Amino acid sequence: MKARIVADLSELPTSGPRGSGPTWWGNLAFMLIEGMGFALGIGVYLYLATVAPDWPPAPPPELAAGTGVALVLLLSLIPNALLARWAKAQDLRRIRLGLLVMLGISVLPLALRVLEFQAFHVRWDESAYGSIVWVLLGLHTTHLLADLVETAVLAALMFTRHADNPRRYGDVEDEVAYWVFIVATWLPVYACLYWAPRL
Amino acid sequence: MRAQPRDTGREEAALEASLAAVWSSRPGLLGWLTTVDHKAIGRRYIVTAFLFLALGGVLALLMRWQLAQPEGRLLGPDRYNQVFTMHGTTMMFLFAVPVMEAMGVYLVPLMVGTRNIAFPRLNAFSYWVYLFGGALLWIAFLLDMAPDVGWFAYVPLAGPQYGPGKRADIWAQMITFTEVSALAVAVGLVVTVFKQRAPGMSLDRIPLFVWAMLVTSFVVILAMPSIVLASTALILDRLVGTQFFNPAAGGDVLLWQHLFWFFGHPEVYIIFIPAVGMVSTILATFCRRPVFGYLAMVLALVGTGLLAFGLWVHHMFTTGLPRLGESFFTASSMAIAVPSGLQIFCWLATLWGARPRLTVPMLYVLAFLFTFVLGGMTGVMVASVPLDTQLHDSFFVVAHFHYVLVGGAVFPLLGAIHYWYPKLTGRLMEERLGRWAWGLVFGGFNLAFFPMHLLGLWGMPRRVYTYPPELPWGGLNLFSSLSAALLAAGFLLFFWNAWRSARHGEAAGPDPWGAGTLEWATSSPPPPWNFTRIPVVEGADPLRDSPDALKVAAGLRLDRRELLLTSVMAAEPEARESSPRDSVWPLLAAIATTAMLIWSIFTPWAVVWGAIPVAATLIFWFWPRGTPEDES
Repeated sequence: MKARIVADLSELPTSGPRGSGPTWWGNLAFMLIEGMGFALGIGVYLYLATVAPDWPPAPPPELAAGTGVALVLLLSLIPNALLARWAKAQDLRRIRLGLLVMLGISVLPLALRVLEFQAFHVRWDESAYGSIVWVLLGLHTTHLLADLVETAVLAALMFTRHADNPRRYGDVEDEVAYWVFIVATWLPVYACLYWAPRL
Repeated sequence: MRAQPRDTGREEAALEASLAAVWSSRPGLLGWLTTVDHKAIGRRYIVTAFLFLALGGVLALLMRWQLAQPEGRLLGPDRYNQVFTMHGTTMMFLFAVPVMEAMGVYLVPLMVGTRNIAFPRLNAFSYWVYLFGGALLWIAFLLDMAPDVGWFAYVPLAGPQYGPGKRADIWAQMITFTEVSALAVAVGLVVTVFKQRAPGMSLDRIPLFVWAMLVTSFVVILAMPSIVLASTALILDRLVGTQFFNPAAGGDVLLWQHLFWFFGHPEVYIIFIPAVGMVSTILATFCRRPVFGYLAMVLALVGTGLLAFGLWVHHMFTTGLPRLGESFFTASSMAIAVPSGLQIFCWLATLWGARPRLTVPMLYVLAFLFTFVLGGMTGVMVASVPLDTQLHDSFFVVAHFHYVLVGGAVFPLLGAIHYWYPKLTGRLMEERLGRWAWGLVFGGFNLAFFPMHLLGLWGMPRRVYTYPPELPWGGLNLFSSLSAALLAAGFLLFFWNAWRSARHGEAAGPDPWGAGTLEWATSSPPPPWNFTRIPVVEGADPLRDSPDALKVAAGLRLDRRELLLTSVMAAEPEARESSPRDSVWPLLAAIATTAMLIWSIFTPWAVVWGAIPVAATLIFWFWPRGTPEDES
């Protein structure tokens, strides 16, 4: 088939607009998948609570560690937002700093998480309650761990010759968005695990 | 900055040589293992899925042989349990879902006028994971370790108490492989449709098959997490002693059914919705007119996708759920007939007075209409709780879902293979052989499965390995088994035709059917870069709207893999984005993932240690190499 040129694309920028490019949408799609996982996990918790004669079968969890994680995560949104701003401004020096700060901060909830597993006074194999508590905590912990590795790799990358590139700044923005997702998923899980048994 | 070569003002031949230099995969095995071309991956996916169809079909024949007479001796009860579990699992997880996604992988980028799928390496990864998951299941079968708990693996049968050994673990982990691959493809397809459509292809100009794949991808994204959670909980119960499904420790066996069917029912639509898109595409081409009621069709697709999530409890009517719940799910089960019916009437209106060309794809569409309507009718029947209570777990249900799935999805798929075969291979499938195969498949299917309605009404339960001669089931079973041989002969002929036509078929040219969508604007098979210049769309049927010359855009770079990003709604050009090069890391990441998943059947520590090589391969996968694709 013959072709007739009707448009010239040469003046277009050479990478996608931030905030609606393919990786942004891909990131969002993965958040939808994982968010669905969290929602269903909470659904399982509530389902098991409705069929159990008494819930929880152990004393309600101690609040300190879980609340600590929630506070740390909420406070981490401040450096996270700064990092987003620096990524937009393509300020490499500050981005490096921001990533290192975020790397340090993302270790904190993991440390507190160890205490959290103990705060429930239940093992995973004792009862269905223990099972769903450990799975929900485990699911969120997996996210924290995965993000820790991701942040570390990105931070390392930003100290290499590949750093000064709008694509990398975009990667930082995607990482920032993913961290917000991790914080946002903890809040309903925290409410479910710590406050639902107290209702 | 050095000058970047552009396609503007280049002669066709020089342009294609430059594109070939950046888009072609390496020759030989290494190229085969590292390619990220959506067409190569899609073709591979389709062939592998059909291989699994053939394997699943052999299992079906074994079962029909066994049931042909009372007290059959071909298979013992244990082997029979494995065979029906393998048949269902293979057909649902290794054939039906992957083949539909595979058609999307091959066709969607071509139909929206782009050069590769979004996240092509993820797409390659998804294929390898799917292949290894399928191999796991079938190697287990050869080792007499195949799952034997039915394709939906109900607890407590599949739980630690009644399912010793590793059989149910293999089932649960095979599920993990297929869900990872399905989710990866779904994400790639969604982003391709959202961001890589040809300029001008606004939402109301997207081909119906692409709409269907978009809706399907969202159903995958929302439904698969449920089976992830279910199979994880099952394997944890079996491996580390969690108590999800143990009523003695506060667990609940029905929880499994809820989680499974919250995924399992949408799964039917994951298979059916792409088929609907295929039917619309084939009808539009051979009726030589657009499908009647485009907007209604799109809304019906979206409506089906949404309603798919409100039906799962109708698989559980006999489990003693609250009355109100049963009534709600009866109503919603009947409601899904509304968008399906809407589509049927739109297709009938398209056919009305159109004098369609009765080619083989069109014959399969007619077979679909007939068979699917019958399957839909029995669906409305079993949506009613009193009737379902009688027919549950009987051969009536076997007949019903084979009518829906084979009639509703396999017939359109076979039509679609005939229809797009020239695009994939450059040659047409032989028409006469195709008609014979069609006759045998359509006739054989109805003769084999219609009697099962009666067998079910006469009380024959499904999943029994034999029955005594006193029961009045022998005659119809023998008839059904003989007819199954006809059906198998039809499939053999289809495979023979596909094999032979690839070598000796009539050359097809770019557009053998006179169709209107963009995949026909490029050569058959398309070059690795799909389109020498990105097409510009000004109507719903770009090739029919401007039959003399394809409207295209210029200005893309030639020194890197480059494609066009457009806006989500109106498909206005936004940027020239690079597309990743070939890479061996998706394959290595898939191998690492496979090692971790199989290892984890034996010890939970595999998840800890196995995650290290997975993370390492992913880091190598994403680490930039300083190629022109990395520039921005």
